[in-house]
Amino acid sequence: MTPAGPVTDESPAKKRGFSRRGLLSLAGAGGAGAAAGIAAGLLGHDTIAAAAAPAEHPDGVIPFHGERQAGITTPAQDRLHMAAFDITTEDRAALVQLLKDWTAAAEAMTAGRTTGATGAVDGPYDAPPEDTGEALDLAAGKLTLTFGFGASLFEKDGKPRFGLAGKRPDALIDLPHFPGDDLEPGRSNGDIVVQACADDPQVAVHAIRNLARIGFGKARVRWSQLGFGRTSSTSRAQQTPRNLFGFKDGTANPKAEDKELLAEHVWASAGKRAGEAWMAGGSYLVARRIRMHIEIWDRTSLGEQEGLIGRTKGSGAPLSGGEEFTAPDFAIKGKDGEPLMPMDSHVRLAHPSQNHGVRMLRRGYNYTDGSDGLGHLDAGLFFIAFVKDPRTHYVPMQMAMAKGDTLALEYLKHTGSGLFAVPPGTKPGGFIGEGLFA
Amino acid sequence: MPGSLLPKNAPNIPLGRKCGALIAAAVVLPLALSACTDNGKGADGGSSDGSIQVSSTDTECKVSASSAPGGNLSFSVKNDGKQVTEFYLLAEDGLRIIGEVENIGPGLTRKLVVSANEGKYVTSCKPGMQGDGIRAGFEVTGSGTGTAVDDDLKKLLDTGVRQYASYVKDQTEQLVAGTKDFAAAYASGDAATARELYAATRMHWERIEPVAESFGDLDPKLDAREADLEPGQKWTGWHRAEKDLFPPAGFKLLNAAERSALAKQLVADTEELGKRTRTVELTAHSLGNGAKELLDEVATGKVTGEEEIWSHTDLWDFQANVDGARIAYESLKPALLRKDAALAKTLDEKFAALQAELKKHAKGEGFSSYNELSQAQVKQLASLVDSLGEPLSRLTAAVVL
Repeated sequence: MTPAGPVTDESPAKKRGFSRRGLLSLAGAGGAGAAAGIAAGLLGHDTIAAAAAPAEHPDGVIPFHGERQAGITTPAQDRLHMAAFDITTEDRAALVQLLKDWTAAAEAMTAGRTTGATGAVDGPYDAPPEDTGEALDLAAGKLTLTFGFGASLFEKDGKPRFGLAGKRPDALIDLPHFPGDDLEPGRSNGDIVVQACADDPQVAVHAIRNLARIGFGKARVRWSQLGFGRTSSTSRAQQTPRNLFGFKDGTANPKAEDKELLAEHVWASAGKRAGEAWMAGGSYLVARRIRMHIEIWDRTSLGEQEGLIGRTKGSGAPLSGGEEFTAPDFAIKGKDGEPLMPMDSHVRLAHPSQNHGVRMLRRGYNYTDGSDGLGHLDAGLFFIAFVKDPRTHYVPMQMAMAKGDTLALEYLKHTGSGLFAVPPGTKPGGFIGEGLFA
Repeated sequence: MPGSLLPKNAPNIPLGRKCGALIAAAVVLPLALSACTDNGKGADGGSSDGSIQVSSTDTECKVSASSAPGGNLSFSVKNDGKQVTEFYLLAEDGLRIIGEVENIGPGLTRKLVVSANEGKYVTSCKPGMQGDGIRAGFEVTGSGTGTAVDDDLKKLLDTGVRQYASYVKDQTEQLVAGTKDFAAAYASGDAATARELYAATRMHWERIEPVAESFGDLDPKLDAREADLEPGQKWTGWHRAEKDLFPPAGFKLLNAAERSALAKQLVADTEELGKRTRTVELTAHSLGNGAKELLDEVATGKVTGEEEIWSHTDLWDFQANVDGARIAYESLKPALLRKDAALAKTLDEKFAALQAELKKHAKGEGFSSYNELSQAQVKQLASLVDSLGEPLSRLTAAVVL
């Protein structure tokens, strides 16, 4: 490979007509300065991002920049790789530079390009490639990268970090202990979270891997989680998927089309203090790793399964009647005067009408992480929800479910947890969380 | 596709899971044209599996056939009315219930699978769940190959349920008596005696756990683990005493007044439990499910050592759960032998295998501490729990169908 020579793309008709190398070649050919930079291997992430301005590409590219971060109301992609990082430096400037580098890399990868100036195969022979390369030949895959800040970024041991005193939003609480929680520290919390979603698992993994690589020396992966199948639909154009209990999940999710619902329940406000105004237009991400005892669930009768959920397993209709999207009737009674929607059913306990009308935008994924050493799959739901304010939109509902939901008591175990402040979106030239460091 | 897109009364579209591929290949189709259910066969939209279709409206009960060959009959009952409905298959006298499916919400479809031999029967839909229902004659012919209805089965089941009820009563009485002894020792500061009585007394609770747990207010007062509490909730019951008797490093022991109050509450709640269990209505159904639930408890709490995190007496609970499941099973076994002798044989074998493995860990009057077990030993126990739990989960349907 000759780094300075014209880079030819041997297979132009890559999957879905798009290739990471192809775009890089265009960038290289686009300007002599850029080509020279590539030859020297000196270009920063920012430069290359500017050189290869993100083309409007209809093929699986979700724009990274925007008023809101992508990956929230974006129609839920099929795969997840989420990672939380501990920031290992205490230097504010280093943190800001990291966020800028991550922004540049995120711009490139969401556009289907490689990271760095020379990508995966166009750098010097004697240097390790900048991009790790496993996403070469793959399309952008609707990759979105969504960033959030944990409470521990703002303060540690009661002392502010990075000069962020007073900037921690009031809504970014420490979540309380919920009954039955069995949280593992190594699967919980973190300073910065990155949610990578894509329709191709390799694209999502590539994104987290490269961000982690860029972060070495400043950020260390605290935990990461793969999700193999979406469990929610965030757009009316999507079918409601099934969770590992075999039931349709998230039928009542607010959808991207419900602008007013989103404003009321998902997008954060400017808050009450000047120090938290940077969160206006952002959201709060709740992540919970929920292990399902799927083996004993599978031994449960169909009638009991449906009673625990409150929906039929086939169509997903509420037990009070109708079809999937029929509103549940919690008053209608069956034999012996018991409600058709059982009092301890999941749908009843989670329904907005039982929770002061609050909604959350759920965006979770099914996961399996091998087995537990006792012959059972370590499988379940990696719950992700975006809410306006966790104090009103998550904690009360989770507390009610942890206490009264037989499904939760008998078949679920929460093993990981995190709450993150997701800032609003970025403009070209800006960086993630810019408002926080302004 | 959402079920709502399936045309009503279009039950014979054999799509099933293949539909996913169809959708993927035809994404540009308007949604309404790709008429799929995820689970077309037998799901709420109807069935293509040869079952007898029943449409229950507020005024009519349409049954797609008036006769069927003997054996296992399958009715697919759709509520096409506005009221909640039920469907019954009754004996010729119109009184004895052969099978029923209740609480069918408007628009939903429910399956009723019953076993019936040659003879005359009555079908009945009961929109609004009141009155005699809308009835019609139904004939079962002799050409079928299914199992015959055993009129003695009900007697066997009734006997089994009575046996199990007296077991519950006996265990409850021992639990109340044992709790009083434990509480007295604990309150008086005789920690050695209390520690000795702790696990042995709890076995009576663990043997009847599905019954004991059915009282939603008493269960947390008696059996909550520390992790089960919500912020601000008062912690009472066995596990509070457990932590005090088997304290972790740095734990501040309860004082005499606190011990006394805890002991008193434990006795009062247990006596209340004893009183209430006398009026619990047990059925063959609840026995079968109870046996299954006891094995679930073992699989999620005991085999993992999560139940007794301070005393590590999980194997005592383990044994007690298995005891309770075995007694429930044995109460149903005479009926099961008539319905599915092969399942009974399997269950006998699996219970014996699990018991033999547990016995290896017996020590004195009780068991080794959970934290003395090696990972390989835990794995072996878990594996035997699964191999019993899986067939045990088929017990209820086998005896009540």
